Amino acid sequence: MIDLAWLVVAIPLASSALLLLLGRRSDAWGHLLATLAAVASFVVGLLVVLEVLGQSPEERINDVHLFSWIPAGELSIDAGLRVDPLSLTFVMLITFVGSLIHVYSIGYMTHDPARRRFFAYLNLFVAAMLVLVLADSYALLFVGWEGVGLASYLLIGFWNHNTDYAVAAKKAFVMNRVGDMGLIVAMGLMFASLGTVSFSGVDAAASGLSTPMATAIGLLLLLGACGKSAQFPLQAWLGDAMAGPTPVSALIHAATMVTAGVYLIVRADSIFSAAPTAQLVTACVGAFTLLLGAAIACGKDDIKKSLAGSTMSQIGYMVLAAGLGPIGYAYAIFHLVTHGFFKAGLFLGAGSVMHANGDSTDMRTYGGLRKVMLVTWATFAVCWLAIIGVPPFAGFYSKDKIIETAFVGEGWQPWVFGGAALVGAAVTAFYMSRMFFMTFHGKARWVDEASKLGADDPRPRRHPHESPLVMTLPVVVLAIGAVSLGFLLSLGDGITGWLEPVTGHVDHPEPVLPVPVILTATLVLVAAGVALAWRQYGMNTVPLTAPAGSPLTRAARRDFFADDVNEALAMRPGQHLTRTLVYADTAVVDGAVTGAAAGTVASGRVLRKLQNGYVRSYAAMILAGVVIAGAVLHLVRL
Amino acid sequence: MTTFQPPVIDWAALTPVLVIVGAGVLGVLVAAFAPAARRRSIQVVVALLAPLAALGAVAWRWSEVVGGGESTFVAGQLAEDGFGLAAQMILLVIALVGFAVLASRLPGGEDAFTPQGASAPGSAYEEAARKAGLEQTEVYPLALFSLAGMLVFTMANDLLVLFVALEVLSLPLYVLTALARRRRVLSQEAALKYFLLGAFSSAIFLFGVALLFGYSASLTYADIGTAATASVGMDGMAVVGLLMVLTGLLFKVGAVPFHAWVPDVYQGAPTPVTGFMAAATKTAAFAAIARLLYVAAPGFAWDVEPALWVVAIASMLVGTVLAIVQTDIKRTLAYSSVAHAGFALVAIVSLPEGGPDALLFYLLAYSFATVGAFAVVTLVRERDDAGNVTGEATHLSQWAGLGRRSPVLAAAMALFLLSFAGIPLTAGFLGKFTAFVAAADGGAWPLVAVAVLASIAAAFFYVRVIVLMFFTRPEESDEPQRQRAQAVAPGALTRVALVVCAAGTLVLGVWPTPVLDLLAQAARFVV
Repeated sequence: MIDLAWLVVAIPLASSALLLLLGRRSDAWGHLLATLAAVASFVVGLLVVLEVLGQSPEERINDVHLFSWIPAGELSIDAGLRVDPLSLTFVMLITFVGSLIHVYSIGYMTHDPARRRFFAYLNLFVAAMLVLVLADSYALLFVGWEGVGLASYLLIGFWNHNTDYAVAAKKAFVMNRVGDMGLIVAMGLMFASLGTVSFSGVDAAASGLSTPMATAIGLLLLLGACGKSAQFPLQAWLGDAMAGPTPVSALIHAATMVTAGVYLIVRADSIFSAAPTAQLVTACVGAFTLLLGAAIACGKDDIKKSLAGSTMSQIGYMVLAAGLGPIGYAYAIFHLVTHGFFKAGLFLGAGSVMHANGDSTDMRTYGGLRKVMLVTWATFAVCWLAIIGVPPFAGFYSKDKIIETAFVGEGWQPWVFGGAALVGAAVTAFYMSRMFFMTFHGKARWVDEASKLGADDPRPRRHPHESPLVMTLPVVVLAIGAVSLGFLLSLGDGITGWLEPVTGHVDHPEPVLPVPVILTATLVLVAAGVALAWRQYGMNTVPLTAPAGSPLTRAARRDFFADDVNEALAMRPGQHLTRTLVYADTAVVDGAVTGAAAGTVASGRVLRKLQNGYVRSYAAMILAGVVIAGAVLHLVRL
Repeated sequence: MTTFQPPVIDWAALTPVLVIVGAGVLGVLVAAFAPAARRRSIQVVVALLAPLAALGAVAWRWSEVVGGGESTFVAGQLAEDGFGLAAQMILLVIALVGFAVLASRLPGGEDAFTPQGASAPGSAYEEAARKAGLEQTEVYPLALFSLAGMLVFTMANDLLVLFVALEVLSLPLYVLTALARRRRVLSQEAALKYFLLGAFSSAIFLFGVALLFGYSASLTYADIGTAATASVGMDGMAVVGLLMVLTGLLFKVGAVPFHAWVPDVYQGAPTPVTGFMAAATKTAAFAAIARLLYVAAPGFAWDVEPALWVVAIASMLVGTVLAIVQTDIKRTLAYSSVAHAGFALVAIVSLPEGGPDALLFYLLAYSFATVGAFAVVTLVRERDDAGNVTGEATHLSQWAGLGRRSPVLAAAMALFLLSFAGIPLTAGFLGKFTAFVAAADGGAWPLVAVAVLASIAAAFFYVRVIVLMFFTRPEESDEPQRQRAQAVAPGALTRVALVVCAAGTLVLGVWPTPVLDLLAQAARFVV
């Protein structure tokens, strides 16, 4: 079965190609085929997992050679699959959550005329993401990396008749290019210094790298990871990416694609282990982004953008854990998996809420929705408890491990990283509770369409209703995962044992604070965050329009001026540069070209006169040619 | 007194030539004795079967010769080696497609040639001949004789044989040039110019032969080469002699400053003849130049190289620059062929380091595009008020919008033009690439630089035709009073020729390895 692992990728890819090529002819059944393809991919993946589980732990890293891909002299790259516990964890996450989101989309996109195209892109994304995680070399990983970037671009801009959405897609794409450049240059350095870009080759030779080179490669890989995973300083695209249909936000911009950066860092363990500085920078980026994202999430009234900030923050946790080195890898992946479930659940829940509220995303026009959307409320509640880390929900198991690990170490680092993780947990509890209470509790800040009220009532008219089964069912499944996954994956060796062949065996040293103290502090802070949110948004009335707020709130609403910084530092200088270049191109380059062309034509006009049609002058030309050539050759010889 | 030794004649090695000459003689007999009604069809069959048979003969000789069986015969006057056979193969392929275009007729039944060559243009006699439906079927044996001369050209190892072959290939071409059906005065003027200048250059050629004979007391290449190594103090005479012989050959390929006849003759000659002549004469003459330089002149390579450099650079620049200012498609292609002579010379200058395979590949690629492009020109016609197809629409402005009216034909033309321009995925690109690489390996960097620059400039006038065909509406063109061109449906033979040329251009551009390997085997001269 392992040899057939390529089917995992091939099935959704073929389905995507089929749907795009058949065009409208497949409108009627396209969504069903795409969903079936995702499920089939999951089934194949599951069979591979079962077979790998049958192997002894040492044998679980399987390299499947597919074909010789780029045989170019010294650079010879084979396309192959790395089937090991790490990649299979991702395969399971991608195909399982992906399948659920396909099912959900059947309901969500019912009325969209381009539904078939949407599913084709979704399949394309799944295939590309699977290439990314199954690749056995950085080069093939890069193919998947670009593939998911493309799919992300196509899906963010799916409703590109809306200019803002098209701009958001472009923004995401351009910012991702910055990270991609990092990955490309990192590959170039690997080839220059190690002569290979395959995982096995790099892993074997990385210990021989000089520290500056390893640091350079590590930082460039981190740049790539930051672009894809929306980490500081390349985080600004994620909020705008919420322009895409909500299932897309759930699958790509919460559960899978944005976690690719974490995957890359864990996969590049051999590089980062040889570059402590790069590792430290990684941890710092993670710690900073987890606070930044949480703060942004607090400031947003748009439910999806708030969730986007939360995603940024949660991935910050994972990057922090990955930056801590081998002791953190398994927990980073653990949190990645549980996060995939509860965040997808939250997004799909948000999608249900939006669906019920005429596609409005403004939480200030929600309120009191529990009564009309009981299933959505219940699943959202479960995922909410999971993300804020209340035992025994999934997030508690995974996040708590990261917080504990962050407190491991010497010097200032455990205190800074651990402190950031603790504060982050409190803020997470606050903003998630704020979202939950603002949406489902308190007084309704909308009016039912049927009721008769004065025209001067500022409240929007809505008709909230529970979503159909095809949409609630996937959310319920995700919620079950959000409840149980943390516990299940901690049984016995759990996920750490499963990942050990990849992440290596590590002893877990004691944190600088005793574990019970950390645990208690976390829970107390979480409780405080929830209480604060309840006081402000559960008990009190939420105003329909946002109050002015503190400077911090205003800054958070504007993503801490990330766009302004990017525009000032990159966009405007870039525009000036391009304008200058365009000017130089027209004046200098085009001038030279047109000048040369004009000169050519002019000389042609002159030379043309020699072609006068008289045989005598033609013969004279021949004779002159011979005589001159003969004379010159003769003179040269003398 | 030495007794006369009859030379050993290797008849087997002469098979390809004999097949073509025999077919030519047969053609003369057919023209004289076959019933008028069936004359043309018999001629066409003979003219197409002969190159096919000769191609088989060449393949047989190839299997016998390449890889050790090379030899000279007839007292060292003819050589049979891989290079010559490869050049013959290319010539015979050109002949097949070229003759197919030559034999084509318009849907109305008229062919490219005047019904009666002996009639004065515009005379009542000419009109009577047209009405009677006469056909000048002598063109087929003429073309076959010319082809026979070309085949000998590639294997000539002796200056006198080279001269005889030169005349055998030239004289029929002079006559063919004069036989255009339309614009007969232009055609006859072209023929006369071609003949006069050809005679003039032949004289220079012969003078050079005399000087070389004076220098080495022999006419065979091998002896001249030996004499050059054993210095006898008369090198000056040899170098000037070699230069004059080269002049005669460079005249045939149309290199600057011996190119002046090219635009006038290419324009005046019947278009199928132009296509055949442009491709085949150039191939044969370049093969002869290569053999001469390789075998007879290595001792003087150093001396004549500067002259060849100047000629190559001048050809590329003058051909390109003048092609840009042309308004007639046939003249544009003529100047383009002058520039291509320069490009091919780049491959020659790299001898002997570069090897002749780059040259042969270049000539093959150029020939496909040339025969194809001129075949397209034969199909693009004007119409009179009654809607009858009349002469060729050769003014560039008439081609505007052709791509909308005849997309397939225009696409084929575009392919040939792109190949001329040397755009990747066409044969022309690889031809130029291999030629330039060979020259660069031989150290001729400045030449390669000029060649690349000329290629860039040349792309302008090729692409201009494509833009005219596909992206210009007829009403936008400069001269609205001209009638716009209509493409006529190609006959079966032209259709086959076009398909072969297009396929050859594409296949050599995309998957050239087999042909390159084949030519690499052939890269040997017998001394």
